[in-house]
Amino acid sequence: MQKQSSLRLATILPALMLLMLAVVPFAASYFEQPFYLTFFGRIIIYAIAATALNLALGYGGLVSLGHALFMGLGSYSVAIAGFHEVDSGLMHLAITVAVCALVGLVTGAISLRTSGIAFIMITLAFGQMGYFVFVSLKQYGGDDGISIAATSKLFGLDLGNSITVYVTAFVILLALLLWMARLRVSPFGMVLRGARENARRINAIGLPSKRYQLLAYVMSSVLCGVAGLLLANLNAFASPSTMSWTVSGELIVMVVLGGLGSVFGPLLGVLAFLGIEEILKGYTEHWMALFGPMIVLVALMGKAGVVGVLEKIDHRCKPGAAAAVPPAAQTGESAA
Amino acid sequence: MSLSLILSQLLNGLQFGVLLFLLAAGLTLVFGIMSFVNLAHGSLYMLGAYFAATAYNQTESFTLAVLAALAGCIVVGMALERLAVSRLYGRDHLDHVLATFGMMMFFNEAARMMWGPQPYFLPVPDMLSGTVNLLGISYPSYRFAIILVGLLVAVGAHLLMHKTRLGMLIRAGSVNPTMVGALGVNIKLLNAFLFGLGAALAGLAGVMAGPILSVQVGMGEPVLITTLVVIVIGGIGSVSGAFYASLIVGIVDTMGRAFLPTLLRDMMSREAANAAGPALASMLIYILMAVVLALRPQGLFPARRT
Repeated sequence: MQKQSSLRLATILPALMLLMLAVVPFAASYFEQPFYLTFFGRIIIYAIAATALNLALGYGGLVSLGHALFMGLGSYSVAIAGFHEVDSGLMHLAITVAVCALVGLVTGAISLRTSGIAFIMITLAFGQMGYFVFVSLKQYGGDDGISIAATSKLFGLDLGNSITVYVTAFVILLALLLWMARLRVSPFGMVLRGARENARRINAIGLPSKRYQLLAYVMSSVLCGVAGLLLANLNAFASPSTMSWTVSGELIVMVVLGGLGSVFGPLLGVLAFLGIEEILKGYTEHWMALFGPMIVLVALMGKAGVVGVLEKIDHRCKPGAAAAVPPAAQTGESAA
Repeated sequence: MSLSLILSQLLNGLQFGVLLFLLAAGLTLVFGIMSFVNLAHGSLYMLGAYFAATAYNQTESFTLAVLAALAGCIVVGMALERLAVSRLYGRDHLDHVLATFGMMMFFNEAARMMWGPQPYFLPVPDMLSGTVNLLGISYPSYRFAIILVGLLVAVGAHLLMHKTRLGMLIRAGSVNPTMVGALGVNIKLLNAFLFGLGAALAGLAGVMAGPILSVQVGMGEPVLITTLVVIVIGGIGSVSGAFYASLIVGIVDTMGRAFLPTLLRDMMSREAANAAGPALASMLIYILMAVVLALRPQGLFPARRT
């Protein structure tokens, strides 16, 4: 992998997609289609959440089926603070980070005592607990959800404005992607990925793998919470359905669809997921009947995802590269 | 809080518990023996209810409705196993979650396309529409019949697993599938059979729940999650564990919902109790599961693997 040409699909496509997302606000105002802003805003916010999940799921190998809980906590941090007439964005952010970090730490510490199927199940159970707590909080809307009384106001910006929240989310996504690219090859990321492959060896080197995994889990919880905060501002609404376990499942599908453990995979996965959903919806209201089998196929074909496919094409197109790097040497993980 | 109220809620819990057992028995075998996470098990339950409702509307016979549900679910289950599930046995759990999540989306939408968004109605059969007298309280005979059927299935499952050659092969297959295959047993067929059996039990649970709950799209998900809780509490792969855990979860959940809000009202202010009661009641089984997993990660009644 020493000689890498700069023209690689696996880097070009994400760059193009980011460029497209950067152009959306201008296009939306030019064509006077505010729908673009909310649609692509949702994509960006889900991309933040999926990238956050990828930190635990892709880098750490922790199959969490309860990450929607943290999105919901972020949303309700805005909703409940707004309900009590707190509109300071910093306050909202502080509540989100504190609550998600605390809940992530407690649930993560308990969940990490288990592994395999039990880990999936216990994260699911924690997600369900959160869901039921907010369903039964009648003073905050209960089952029906709650409108945001005061959106987050931060440094003179009001995230209630759809352009402001779009740009803020976009900047956060860019920063997050940069950070994830660095974290992936940092010592922390290396230990985390090592623990995913073989926790026993990591422990044998003298590194407590559980502690690294817990930290990754907490960080990913907090980042998911930030996505929830943005989502609440974008929709001007917080609902317990954000916490339902199907959302957790969809987040997993998004990460895997894009490319598990890669930097840009979650972004591409969210674009593919929400894009396909939108296109199929144009043809039939029963889009899930088509989308479901597609997901099954993705699972059957192995989880290389969009990034994996792009890298395969890159290798095909580069003369001699296929011989230098046998594809078998890099299964399971993609380098983008 | 009278004694008869407690007793009838206890019976309701028992009835919910055996219903959970029908789902958990199939799921735990697939979980434990093939190490396969099946989120589509709730869809089979839903399909069972729909098959039964359709057959009942055509024939007005509850017996035929049950048969239709069993046959339909076996066919769908075996087809699923052959087409997709069997290709995923050796893969990691993430693939299972992904594939069965997709299946669940498909079945929910397919059910909406075929049967429409309105709930279907499956009536209680005439023979069981009355009440029975149990220790001085009158209890709906249909619910009592569910308890009996569930207990019968539990006895049947125990006999199947411990007294028959098939059960022996299943248990052997859970310990070392390669060796069982090498001894000339068609392990693929065995797996397909197991999956079909689990599907049939899920379908049976669907039929029996039909007259109590409404038959509608998405009815499988809440019960699936509860079943997952049961399996984890009981110990993954253990049928007897699933049985005890089903009863525990069924009774704890029902009793919690029925009595927890009133109990809390005695301990704290009315407002706080009204807010916390229902929340705590619906969280009770998850708290139970988290505690069990934190203290005994292998579950309360793990399958003996020696």
